[in-house]
Amino acid sequence: MGTEYRIALAGNPNTGKSTLFNALTGLRQHTGNWAGKTVSLAQGTVQFKDKTFQLIDLPGTYSLFSNSKDEEVARNYIVFEKPDVTLVVLDATSLERNLNLALQVLEMTKNVVIAINLIDVAEEQGIQINERLLTNRLGVPVIKISARNKKGFPMLLDTLDRIVTGAIECNPVRMVYSEEIEEQIKKIEPKVREIIGGQLSSRWVSLRLLDGDETLLNEINQRLSGRQVEYEYSTHIC
Amino acid sequence: MDKPKTMKLVNGEKGNIIKITSLNLDGVMRRRLLDLGFVTGALVEVVRKSPLGDPIAFRVSQTTIALREEESSKIEGELVSDGN
Amino acid sequence: MSIQHIFAEAQELSTPKLRDDIVQQLYDRSHKLCHEGISYTKSKRDTRTEKLDEIFTSPIFGFPIMIAMLGLLFYITIAGANIPSSLIAEFFGYLEGYITQFFTFIHAPEWLHGILVLGLYRGTTWVISVMLPPMAIFFPTFALLENYGYLPRVAFNMDRLFKRVGAHGKQSLTMAMGFGCNAAAVISTRIIESPRERMLAILTNNFVPCNGRWGTLIVLSSLFMAAGFTGGMASLVTTGVIVGIVMIGIIVTFFVSWVLSKTALKGVPTHYTLELPPYRKPKIFDTVIRSSLTKSWSVLVRAVKVAAPAAILTWVFANIYIGDTSILMYAVNFLDPFGKMLGLDGYILMAFILGLPANEIVLPILLMGYLSTGSLTEVDSLVDLKKIFLAHGWTWLTALNMMLFSLLHYPCGTTLLNIYKETKSKKWTFLAFLIPTVIAIIVPLVITQTVRFFGWV
Repeated sequence: MGTEYRIALAGNPNTGKSTLFNALTGLRQHTGNWAGKTVSLAQGTVQFKDKTFQLIDLPGTYSLFSNSKDEEVARNYIVFEKPDVTLVVLDATSLERNLNLALQVLEMTKNVVIAINLIDVAEEQGIQINERLLTNRLGVPVIKISARNKKGFPMLLDTLDRIVTGAIECNPVRMVYSEEIEEQIKKIEPKVREIIGGQLSSRWVSLRLLDGDETLLNEINQRLSGRQVEYEYSTHIC
Repeated sequence: MDKPKTMKLVNGEKGNIIKITSLNLDGVMRRRLLDLGFVTGALVEVVRKSPLGDPIAFRVSQTTIALREEESSKIEGELVSDGN
Repeated sequence: MSIQHIFAEAQELSTPKLRDDIVQQLYDRSHKLCHEGISYTKSKRDTRTEKLDEIFTSPIFGFPIMIAMLGLLFYITIAGANIPSSLIAEFFGYLEGYITQFFTFIHAPEWLHGILVLGLYRGTTWVISVMLPPMAIFFPTFALLENYGYLPRVAFNMDRLFKRVGAHGKQSLTMAMGFGCNAAAVISTRIIESPRERMLAILTNNFVPCNGRWGTLIVLSSLFMAAGFTGGMASLVTTGVIVGIVMIGIIVTFFVSWVLSKTALKGVPTHYTLELPPYRKPKIFDTVIRSSLTKSWSVLVRAVKVAAPAAILTWVFANIYIGDTSILMYAVNFLDPFGKMLGLDGYILMAFILGLPANEIVLPILLMGYLSTGSLTEVDSLVDLKKIFLAHGWTWLTALNMMLFSLLHYPCGTTLLNIYKETKSKKWTFLAFLIPTVIAIIVPLVITQTVRFFGWV
């Protein structure tokens, strides 16, 4: 068995995220119930070297700005439950919109791996992706895969392995906004840091507050007041 | 060259390519459309209409998204190409 | 200073433009990254998807194709499940002989054999042999359609109709999910962003028959509607009847949605966006294996968890006598006049009441009741089954009414529980129970009274 690490899978709908999840975990999966919040997330395990990666399949979302319940679930999991690594699955054939989500994830958490899926389909369509350039620009590993044909898995698992052992470090390149926005962030960030401490990225929280994200505000309030959110993963069959 | 023609997305014909100039929506829906790539300056292609005429599918930021006329009538843009 | 205060301060500093700018600038960066990191060597059009959409969302062929797909899905399920179902039933019957011998061998008391074999074993194995094969065929086939990308097209085609009744086009996706399991479908309504439309989808999902009701619908329609046909033709007629029943369910869904959006859930339809992803050939083998394995497993687990206790309970009720009448018969006699009014009978209503935990067990409980031994006599073939029904005064009208009641009645216990979890409201959960129940009473009542008035039966 060895040590267990939690890897959360995030991504737009229709990116083959579930295909990747299924291909990696095989039949070693069940639906976990997120107690108290009645959120069920599919989970499964994959063994690599001496480690067990527990994969959590977050709901597919276009954004994490919390317009829908699914987005709230995905965001809360990444931000508050702090998985060891967040694996963002992108569709190689529509990278522009997909990268949008990746950029949002990079703002909120540090350990991120970006998997560009459907790479074979993209190549058929004549789309060439320079993953090294993207790795450099984003500051986190970018890996091309094809979940359908199980291509790129060794590389992906090895990268996850090296992140959890600390062999490679993620340094997400910070998204710099226009001067106007940055100025407002500067005004608020110190105060935010005072309250939430080092638990969350104070820059990110400040940005969300400027954006008027009330669901996040409520969530933070509840967590600050010491409410314990328990994860209870039980087999759930209907 | 003529001044580009301003139009609403809902009035687009199949094949038209429209460059978004404004979104006259607020709140959650505005945010959602922005998330999907309906941002100012984005190029949108009218792909097809539903068998019953509404919703209409648009190609935006490399994906196809269907909108009802309630929304697509509130997105304005310039006709870049009529697709012919 | 609390986080609330900072939030208020942030609101002072922020403007709508600033909020837009945050998204816009993320997009700009994304755009720039793509510009630098991606190069296109060919024209980047996916013509295959466009050509397929020409057909699947065509004004002429779009709707006929949808209905044909639905029919094909049911036909494959019904025709394919026949043989495995009877094989499994035979196997369990064969096994039962040995189990009974074993009970005789250890001189087990008769009541123990009654509870364990006649109640538990027969009830559970019935559920497995009737439910397992259709599920093991239906789900993989459905998963293939889903993975291929066809379902969003259904939502696209149907949206105008849903909008007309104040609902959301994505409701067709949650309804499709309901064919498998209403309880899971209630959770899947989360894909509908706006609360009002989501509530509509939750409250009406039950009008799509789930896997637990398939067995009942298939058995009854093949016994009473397709009785005059044999072989492939019989399956075809059964399919036709099932498609008809599903259509009635869809019409009721639209009607209830329409009434609710005029009354309790007033409001304008909002927030509609639907992605039409490219068609992608699914991994056929993987999809089939995965979904038939997981679904079969869940049917098995459910059979043991829910059907087994209910089977025991029914046996006990049927075998505890007060005076010379069993508890079950007291209840049946009490319900009978009302049942007769609906063109059903007391046994049928009793079966639906005891079947609240799971729709799968309604038919087995009914049979236990009819045989009034509280156990399922071995029913070797559907012909035997029909004899039992006919002996209790069934006609095609009884079968039709029971099918409609099954289609329209209250959701199962698990679904109600999920509705409560999702809505966090006792009131809405109660309505989710009440609305279908009222409809399930009115429809057979009207049909029965009409048919009797004209003397068709």
